[in-house]
Amino acid sequence: MNAATNPLIGYLLVAALLFAIGLAGALTRRNAILVLIGIELMLNAANLNLIAFWRYGPHPEALTGMMFAIFSIAVAAAEAAVGLGLVISIHRHAHTTDLDAMNRMKG
Amino acid sequence: MSFVFYVLAALSVAGALAAVLLKNTVHCALAVTIAFAGIALLFLQLDAQFAGFAQILIYIGAVAILVVFAILLTRGSETPKGTVYSHFPLVGLLTAAAIFAVLGWAVLSSAPMLPNESAPPTVAVIDIGNALMGRYVLPLEIVALLLTAALIGAVIVAMHEKAGAQ
Amino acid sequence: MIEKADQIFVLLAHWVASFLPVWLQPIVLVLLGVVAIIVTFPALFAITVLMERKGLGRMQNRYGPNRVGPFGLFQPVADGIKSLTKEDIVPLSADAVVHFLAPVLLVVVVFMGYAVLPIGRNMTLVHMDAGLLFFFAIGASSELSVFMAGWSSRNKYSLLGAMRAVAQMISYEVPLLMSSVAVVMMTGSLSLGKIVDAQNQYTYGLPHWYIFTPWGFAGFILFAIAATAETNRSPFDLPEGESELVAGYFTEYSGFKFALFFLGEYVGMMGISGLGTTLFLGGYSAPLQVLGFVPSWLWFIAKVMLSMCVFIWVRGTLPRLRQDQLMNFAWKFVLPLTMLNLLVAGLWRFMGEGWLRWPVCSAILLGAYVLMARTGMSRERFGPRSYRYAE
Repeated sequence: MNAATNPLIGYLLVAALLFAIGLAGALTRRNAILVLIGIELMLNAANLNLIAFWRYGPHPEALTGMMFAIFSIAVAAAEAAVGLGLVISIHRHAHTTDLDAMNRMKG
Repeated sequence: MSFVFYVLAALSVAGALAAVLLKNTVHCALAVTIAFAGIALLFLQLDAQFAGFAQILIYIGAVAILVVFAILLTRGSETPKGTVYSHFPLVGLLTAAAIFAVLGWAVLSSAPMLPNESAPPTVAVIDIGNALMGRYVLPLEIVALLLTAALIGAVIVAMHEKAGAQ
Repeated sequence: MIEKADQIFVLLAHWVASFLPVWLQPIVLVLLGVVAIIVTFPALFAITVLMERKGLGRMQNRYGPNRVGPFGLFQPVADGIKSLTKEDIVPLSADAVVHFLAPVLLVVVVFMGYAVLPIGRNMTLVHMDAGLLFFFAIGASSELSVFMAGWSSRNKYSLLGAMRAVAQMISYEVPLLMSSVAVVMMTGSLSLGKIVDAQNQYTYGLPHWYIFTPWGFAGFILFAIAATAETNRSPFDLPEGESELVAGYFTEYSGFKFALFFLGEYVGMMGISGLGTTLFLGGYSAPLQVLGFVPSWLWFIAKVMLSMCVFIWVRGTLPRLRQDQLMNFAWKFVLPLTMLNLLVAGLWRFMGEGWLRWPVCSAILLGAYVLMARTGMSRERFGPRSYRYAE
């Protein structure tokens, strides 16, 4: 099976692109919530990678890739909840979610 | 690679791009929901039914709503004055472009060695249940503990302080 | 003959598809099923709306609408013509794209849920191994449309109604899922077809429906409570309460978009009633074995319409719950009872066949319910409210 017809390459490239877009969003936006959205995009790209390798890999009946992806989805949801709770708490204290304005440790 | 894959990939990438480029925060949240839906459909195309439906249920049904609630509780729903990008956006863009270049080079250069089993796996949900209760029972219990801790922690972090601070 | 009446739609679909080339047949069969769903359930929606207005009217000691046609039977037609010809007003400062997409998303999502329901013998549109998970995933997506409707109207009352509605829907989603998990546990499969097959057996002429077991009965009641809250129906309809918030999250919608929201809400109610009948009431199976000659799809539709009558009955009877009462009810009463129900279902299987498991399981569930109801009704809950402001 030569390289040009391996469908796995398409999925891996899409996952890499999504990861890069999420990283760009997390690094360039001011609002803290958009940074969290970028992080969720990166986690999704990693999950896509895992499921693609599970599907086209040698032993899909061992379910390793799918289990990894399911646990990753659960942990990402927990992390989003705690992160957004933190953002809400910071907003209550500093009355802004602008990351560039939060450049001191002492409120 | 099939036409459906191209459509779904374009949908996911368009949603992700809209999520990082739009000015209105709520529009960004809705665009990232489209990206989540696109990725869930890609999971379904990869014969990972359980992961696809779990992605829709958890990401679109819970995480997207959480993000939207947080935007509303932090008064982010008005379009911000001034720029929405931080001071040196070029650095972030260059970093992301560099990472994409490295990942793309890694994928394309290892293309002959990538696995390519084309028979779709016949995985029933009962196998996932057996695996979760058999081989993966310890990670399952640890994730349960983690979710409980995250629940309690999120409530404590976001709760109002008691009457003294008000 | 009985077989033919039971399978009439399947035979009709296959006969139509036989005129087409072989490679086109699967697609056409699925499309015919989709068309059947899109035709049938809005027709049932029209009947339900009529039933509701007449039924609520009678419960409130008045006639319902009785001008249009004999006994007001053509009222749905009049309602339809009114909705279609009303002017479509979009507020100037509203977010036009999101405002347009919200009712579209709701209607798409509620119709997708019907794809996995077994409406009759061999009449499931898509046979999925994880069908129940598909239904819940699709149902969770409908909350987003509620939020989109409320936010895009740029109206404080709409936004408040939308946030309340979404908070209520996500709170009651957990008991909804957990009461169905008991059924999944006892059947051993997430596939709705297999759940109906497990209930489609008869001993001494009585069926094996799950509602006739203690854990199934409690599960059905908890599922019904959670379903009423999920679809924003009274007594949980504070988000769209007509006397509280104008019309809640669809205040700014008029004309056809309002009709789409209305359609989406009722079709969603029928969908979740369909799921409740599949999980607890045996889906398309007849109540007594002697009644097996009636077609299976007729039983399913009869059970769904019965559930809609119960919804309407509850709406006309119970007063509306306040937002904090509703959330307390979800997290502190319904959720612990669903978890206990799960334990009792396991105990039921563990105790094996016999007569002992019936009183033991019933006693545990009844005792827990009485205990929680007694402790939950302490004086302090009905004292003066303390206020917490949203910052």
